[in-house]
Amino acid sequence: MGEPATQEILDLRDLQVPGARPGRRHILSILVENKPGVLARVAGLFARRGFNIATLAVGPTDDSTVSRVTLTVDGAVHPIDQVTKQLHKLVNVIKIRDLEPDETVARELALFKISADADSRAQIMQFTDIFRGKVIDVSKRSVTVEVTGTDDKIEAFERMIRPFGLIEMVRTGEIAVSRGRAVT
Amino acid sequence: MRAVDAIMECLKAEGVDAVFGLPGGANLPTYDALYDAGIRHILVRHEQGAGHAAAGYAKATGRVGVALATSGPGATNLVTAIADAVMDSVPTVFITGQVRTELLGTDGFQEADISGITMPIVKHSMMIHDPRDIPRSIHEAFHIARTGRPGPVLVDVPQDLSRADINYEPIDSVSLPGYKPTTEGNVKQIRLAAKALANARRPVLYVGGGVINAGGSKELTELALSDRFPVTCTLMGLGAFGAPHDQWLGMPGMHGTRTANYTIDEADLVCAIGARFDDRVTGKLSEFAPRAKFIHIDVDPAEISKNVPAHIPIVGDAKRILPKLTREYRALETDPTRLDGWWQRIRGWQEKYPLAYVDSEDSEIKPQYMIEALYEATGGDAIVTSDVGQHQMWVAQYYDFAKPRRWLNSGGLGTMGVGLPFAMGAAVGCPEETVVCVAGDGSMQMNTQELATCVDERIPVKVFIMNNGYLGMVRQWQELFWDRRYSSVDIGGPSPDWVKLADAYGALGMRVSDKAELPEVMRTALAAEGPVVVDVRVTKEENTYPMIPAGQPARDMVG
Ligand SMILES: Cc1ncc(C[n+]2csc(CCOP(=O)(O)OP(=O)(O)O)c2C)c(N)n1
Repeated sequence: MGEPATQEILDLRDLQVPGARPGRRHILSILVENKPGVLARVAGLFARRGFNIATLAVGPTDDSTVSRVTLTVDGAVHPIDQVTKQLHKLVNVIKIRDLEPDETVARELALFKISADADSRAQIMQFTDIFRGKVIDVSKRSVTVEVTGTDDKIEAFERMIRPFGLIEMVRTGEIAVSRGRAVT
Repeated sequence: MRAVDAIMECLKAEGVDAVFGLPGGANLPTYDALYDAGIRHILVRHEQGAGHAAAGYAKATGRVGVALATSGPGATNLVTAIADAVMDSVPTVFITGQVRTELLGTDGFQEADISGITMPIVKHSMMIHDPRDIPRSIHEAFHIARTGRPGPVLVDVPQDLSRADINYEPIDSVSLPGYKPTTEGNVKQIRLAAKALANARRPVLYVGGGVINAGGSKELTELALSDRFPVTCTLMGLGAFGAPHDQWLGMPGMHGTRTANYTIDEADLVCAIGARFDDRVTGKLSEFAPRAKFIHIDVDPAEISKNVPAHIPIVGDAKRILPKLTREYRALETDPTRLDGWWQRIRGWQEKYPLAYVDSEDSEIKPQYMIEALYEATGGDAIVTSDVGQHQMWVAQYYDFAKPRRWLNSGGLGTMGVGLPFAMGAAVGCPEETVVCVAGDGSMQMNTQELATCVDERIPVKVFIMNNGYLGMVRQWQELFWDRRYSSVDIGGPSPDWVKLADAYGALGMRVSDKAELPEVMRTALAAEGPVVVDVRVTKEENTYPMIPAGQPARDMVG
């Protein structure tokens, strides 16, 4: 390891705890081995350490032996370093990326079933247009809309259509990739 | 060959010379293979005994301990032992039988989802789905159990798959994509740590069981002696730094020495090595070492800054990091008189607050005296196990462990009943050594059945029951914090008669209640050939002191 350092004054008062990051919402992109029970291990770890999962999405990747878990956690409530370090201890967890919001594109899909009569239907469809959503089902007394976007956008849409009567909402939870050429 | 025969080959390739277990329907094939595999099998009387014995074997030898159980109740009987092993980082492999694959998920006879049940308490677990995976899985299990921060690994093998015919080829290395423990330690951080040590005026080395697991006692001692660093070892770390010694402060924490606790309290730099800032060490966390900066060396990155934020985190194997740290430190050529003032302060505490007790004036055996007598009788050089309770703390306080892997107890989980099976495992792993179990009269009854194993397998453990007639530690808390309302702690009798019980099992039973006779009885017990149980009648209501009341800061020790 090269030549040892020479004596230098180091004032212990100058030592700071490294890596203490401010709390914010984190998107963790986790590659796991595609084996039975792996999701249970991840979910169980969160439950037993008292970490709260805000959203969770699981799916295959381009490699059939590997799955991707994308989950969001509130870093203000849980020290994110503890969360990722504990996750790393799971033998089936291959890689974890704590995605930086500025360098990430995240999307979520949501389905809204909204009460609608002849009068309100047009208005709902107008909102759907503004949010670049799609009407995917219509009945006499309801409209079902698909919206894709960041969770902010989905929540904004939800606020807009709630007054009409929201019958049901289904959300996938966010999935995300890093911006640019580099692999997430 | 049959998959189970391949398992035996794998065990042998891993250097396993003994396994602990008990058969049943789902692991009949395993036991058939074991019949003439040339591996010693110790038939326990309860699977919990097998689990703890495997851990005792591992703790004493440093090698991986192995326990076998059948499906369902056999497997669930291992649960406490697995939880104990994960808390204290004990390298162990548990191989359970499982119902046939066609029955999985149907609540079949003796089906229990043991991988599900144990998921939160294993380092890793594997459920076999394809018999061809069995050899690789066994080797992976050993690899994971032994490396990084050691721990228990469970391999669950359905009965039909274990009988399947497979093509066995020896495997000499495993590689897991998500498992790469860091060992070396970051050079810059090590350098910074050396500098911090050189600039500290009131440093202390706070050493945990991780140093023993790493086999790093020698390296630790070299660091400690590269200057006059005060050293304290946790309950799990006792023996990592040989006691007694001029730089030895005793154990820290709830029943540690005042000197160790006050030293940490006033330290300006705490160098934690393979220790995890357990609440039994820190007391009230927010007031733990309030003036200190922290160096934290640990092989498990998740331990660093978990409880106490580390200013200088170093991830890696203590055995590899400590020599580099020592070398860096030596090169700084610090002024040897720099720590004079600190030592003066420490010596003051040592003189004022030595570990002490009031001995009886009659023939009564004080529990502390019993441990001192045991130290004398064993020349301070036995492998000592204990159960959990007051007696455990008294051994930790009064038996000076000079070497690592001599003190086996349950620290993290605090499992009553480990003493006898730990001793059994240690004696199997270290047949040349004297193995002594200091048991509580409560704890001992949680795995007494293993006396039969010890007798039948000729495992010559020497059990000294510290018989106070109480679930003593609970009684102490009721006395101190619950108004002396002794609720359900009196186990004083008259059952069992330990001498008769020992006799029934075919062990030598003895009883002693006179202080003057104790040394002689101990010598006789230690010299006897087979297993011995000595019922040592001690003071009934002695308290373990000193003590940090739970949740209080260390400087508020009482007693
Ligand atoms: C399995 C288990 N059950 C309960 C406890 C709680 N407990 C801690 S110490 C203790 C008393 C132990 O009594 P004994 O073995 O006689 O030891 P002593 O404290 O008297 O030395 C109990 C019940 C425990 N630690 N483990």
